[in-house]
Amino acid sequence: MLESGYVACRGLCDTPVMDVRPVIMARSLVKRFGDFTAVNGIDVEIVPGEAFGFLGPNGAGKTSTMRMIGCVSPVTDGDLRIFDLDPSTDGREIRGRMGVVPQLDQLDTELTVAENLLIYGRYFDISRRDCRAKADELIEFVQLAEKRDSKVDSLSGGQKRRVSIARSLINDPELLLLDEPTTGLDPQARHVLWDRLYQLKERGATQVITTHFMDEAEQLCDRLVVMDGGEIVAEGSPQGLITEHIRREVLEVRFGYGRNEQQLPALDGVGSRIEVLPDRLLIYDDDGDAALSELHRREIVPESALVRRSSLEDVFLKLTGRTLIE
Amino acid sequence: MHTIASLGPVRVYNREWTYFRLVWRTAVFGSVIQPLMYLMGIGLGIGELVDGGPAGPDALGGVSYFAFYATALIATTPMFVLGQESLWPTMDGFTWSRAHQAMIATPLSSRDVALGKGLYFGLRGLVAGAGVVLVLACFAETRSWGLIAAIPVGVLTGLSYAMAFAAWVATRDTDNSFSALLRIGIIPMFLFGGAFYPVDQLPPVLEAIARVTPIWHGIELCRGLVLGGLDPATGLLHLLVLLAFVTAGSIAASITFDRRLRP
Repeated sequence: MLESGYVACRGLCDTPVMDVRPVIMARSLVKRFGDFTAVNGIDVEIVPGEAFGFLGPNGAGKTSTMRMIGCVSPVTDGDLRIFDLDPSTDGREIRGRMGVVPQLDQLDTELTVAENLLIYGRYFDISRRDCRAKADELIEFVQLAEKRDSKVDSLSGGQKRRVSIARSLINDPELLLLDEPTTGLDPQARHVLWDRLYQLKERGATQVITTHFMDEAEQLCDRLVVMDGGEIVAEGSPQGLITEHIRREVLEVRFGYGRNEQQLPALDGVGSRIEVLPDRLLIYDDDGDAALSELHRREIVPESALVRRSSLEDVFLKLTGRTLIE
Repeated sequence: MHTIASLGPVRVYNREWTYFRLVWRTAVFGSVIQPLMYLMGIGLGIGELVDGGPAGPDALGGVSYFAFYATALIATTPMFVLGQESLWPTMDGFTWSRAHQAMIATPLSSRDVALGKGLYFGLRGLVAGAGVVLVLACFAETRSWGLIAAIPVGVLTGLSYAMAFAAWVATRDTDNSFSALLRIGIIPMFLFGGAFYPVDQLPPVLEAIARVTPIWHGIELCRGLVLGGLDPATGLLHLLVLLAFVTAGSIAASITFDRRLRP
């Protein structure tokens, strides 16, 4: 839709109506530490307002990529531009326009929630008065008003994460970098966090998120890349990746540990693809129930059978031959 | 963006100051009590022996042992305080609280972090030096306007060590060697740097070494400012040496902080 509007306009106007200059543009981006190549020539383009995900297991190169985008790690090779600026020369200005939620909280734990925000705001050269007003607004936004004057030390993990998020918003960032924002949080805390991030997205902030959780990527990202060994192995929307690489549903069957592979000949022709894991078989099909009926028709009786929607986890498995969390 | 660049270290200092407000009572108390104890224990006790010895007060060029030793404390106390302050709290910023990483994710640079820490060390040195001076002002032998001028000299002496230590801390993964550094890097300075006796009492090799340490220059300058007997050219030389140590340490810290924070 957008594409055709753009093309139609070209013939009529001198300049295109929509000037979607990317917030982040990476070309053949490389990061090496000595002999080790953490990021091996990736291309990424992220447009304003987009929620973009880097997905992959530990060591895939996500955090190294994020650190280069955050202008706290020099680019080894290739091009990187953020806000159309060069991180190697304009790092200060770029960092002034973005917010960072690091993988591990970097809060001043002996100070109060409010003090944390005030001090951080001063790093951006925001006046004390504006800092105070903004801090109160953000503490409200992350639902910590009653903890305003509590020491960060006394907060729960989820509350600390919310302080980190509030702090990263002190400068009204155009771009928000979230490095594994919910790792280590319980499900309830994750949902609160997702909800806040979703609200931020609605306000138009561009978000870049790394995660190794598939459900998180499906919840938060418009578009994502799957990274493995420093390279991008797939790119698309969460749903697009699922339809492109696997089927809509998965039938999970278990025949007992180590006995799953022996069943393969009997299952020939069932589903569109079968993945063998040590503890179960994954049978991909657009209709999982139909596949299960076929098993019954062939009088194959697994110890257990489960039909579920396929997820990014399955995409990752298909692309790399490995499960995501090992 | 230029204003941010020039004020960066002040922003870092601002965070340290907020922390200092939590502990300032202990710091101030320590700055007065510790020199007082040293003065009573060593200055008066040993002073009695030295001043009443065969050479009498001439042993130290007409100055009482109490005054001789007491003036050295204006330099040695900031050295002790900043020696500690530049080790574990600096490591905290890199490893435990990761406050330094948080800072460089903002417009602040790794150099701002290094220099901002330096500003804060300066504050701690100021508190430590002022505490000693306050004590010395209570004794007729050491009461002098020179005490005021000696405070910044004490600060520079402390910073000579603190910036070098902070630079080194940035290259460490653990704090295992910190206590050892205090034992081999600070205690000998106190013992052989001219606090207890003039360094010409040392064997020639040790004397030569003592004369290139920041602590010797700091002690000599403090002593000269308070008790007199120091010609201006020599005084200026002491000051320039201290400034050179602080500058070199600050440059080193800016480099090692950057390597640590922006791999």
